[in-house]
Amino acid sequence: MAVKESNIKPFYTALILAFVCSFLVAAASVGLRPLQIKNSRLDQHKNILRAAGLYKKGMAVDKLFASAVEPRIIDIATGRFVPERKIDPAIFNQRAAAIDPERSRALPRSIDQAGLQRLEKYSLVYLIKKNGRLSRIVFPIRGKGLWSTMYGYLALGADLNTVIGITFYENGETPGLGAEVANPAWQAGWRGKKIYRAGRVDFQVVKGGVQVKGPAALHEVDGITGATLTSNGVNNLLHFWFGKYGFKPFIDRLRQKLKRPPEVKNNV
Amino acid sequence: MSESKRELIFSPILNRNPIALLVLGICSALAVTGQLATAFVMSVCVMAVTACSSLIISLVRKRIPSTVRIGVQIMIIATLVILIDQILKAYFFSLSKQLSIYVGLIITNCIVMGRAEGFAMSNPPLASFLDGIGNGLGYGFVLMFTAFIRELLGSGTLFGYQILPLTVNGGWYERNGLLLLPASAFFIIALLIWLLRSMYPEQQEKD
Repeated sequence: MAVKESNIKPFYTALILAFVCSFLVAAASVGLRPLQIKNSRLDQHKNILRAAGLYKKGMAVDKLFASAVEPRIIDIATGRFVPERKIDPAIFNQRAAAIDPERSRALPRSIDQAGLQRLEKYSLVYLIKKNGRLSRIVFPIRGKGLWSTMYGYLALGADLNTVIGITFYENGETPGLGAEVANPAWQAGWRGKKIYRAGRVDFQVVKGGVQVKGPAALHEVDGITGATLTSNGVNNLLHFWFGKYGFKPFIDRLRQKLKRPPEVKNNV
Repeated sequence: MSESKRELIFSPILNRNPIALLVLGICSALAVTGQLATAFVMSVCVMAVTACSSLIISLVRKRIPSTVRIGVQIMIIATLVILIDQILKAYFFSLSKQLSIYVGLIITNCIVMGRAEGFAMSNPPLASFLDGIGNGLGYGFVLMFTAFIRELLGSGTLFGYQILPLTVNGGWYERNGLLLLPASAFFIIALLIWLLRSMYPEQQEKD
């Protein structure tokens, strides 16, 4: 009997302790969740505004986002807007959708340039209007770098071709090298670049820096020194997301809707 | 109490440093020392966890059956780490983003476990708490030392402020790419251990 008793005691202690610990963890998780969700949403909004070139340090992000930015859902394959009553952009979680087999599809290797493995059916886009006319549009982008998936936003101007800005708000690349994708100084080099030429993606992240002069330089951006594979990753994800499996159907459709003629061949 | 409170707090910094003498907690010392800011937050987190877990474990040490003591210690440590992680995410979002998974990895930091098993299980609560603070300081000292060198010579900044203007931004300082990589901390920590063992010859291991 004595042996049995001493065998029971450890279970007893462990059980009580497990109960106390799990209560504490659950309480912290539930109690702090609203604040955490608010934080990560604020961070996202900040990055959207930053990509669109509207962010200034210390500004009221929430207020500006609510008044200036119109989040919409689009069907990636068809390029059509999805009505709000079908999917509410305010609660749509694109990252969850991308791994949900019901709302995404597996990408065959041959077209999976950005290393995504699965592509969601619907995507968020953020329209920014000025005096009732579309002035900027922000796209969520992501793709594999060297170590990690990099998440960011890219904003195009009203011509649906000129880059207003790019941000990467999450990456696990090498600090000081690949993680420089998050460096505003490098991101500033993207401003004014053009993604399409003659209706096709024509853009390169160039190792060693842009060498060409003249209009062709608008289709190239400096790679990051010492981070060739991360730079390649950025290049690949750009080609994927602005290509025909990404946002191109949407961009083409929107361009027609805005009654802007597709770019003429010589127009770079 | 065999050691004075002063000794409990200050001796782990130089002459009984957990990283330099015991060579514990190396993994996180490599990972978060690229920048002083992250190294500082990590140090504070580890100090808080070590001190609190030592205190709690010491309080219940007589009730912990020796057969499951490691499991019980881990459970207490893990709870504290999760709490800290949650609090960081709620109140210091940008810092928690930078530290990402490393906060969670405090659970596996051998210093915390080592002090719990090696000290708190056999000493009264106050002494254990101070021992935890002291070891946290010792860990923090090595982290800040390493991060200082890595950030200054690797990125030309200290706490994010430009000290040496980099050539990539038009300055004169060509940054040291090796120091940006975690592995460079091996060299710095090794040099620090060499320095400490020359200052305190009793730390040297006998052949």
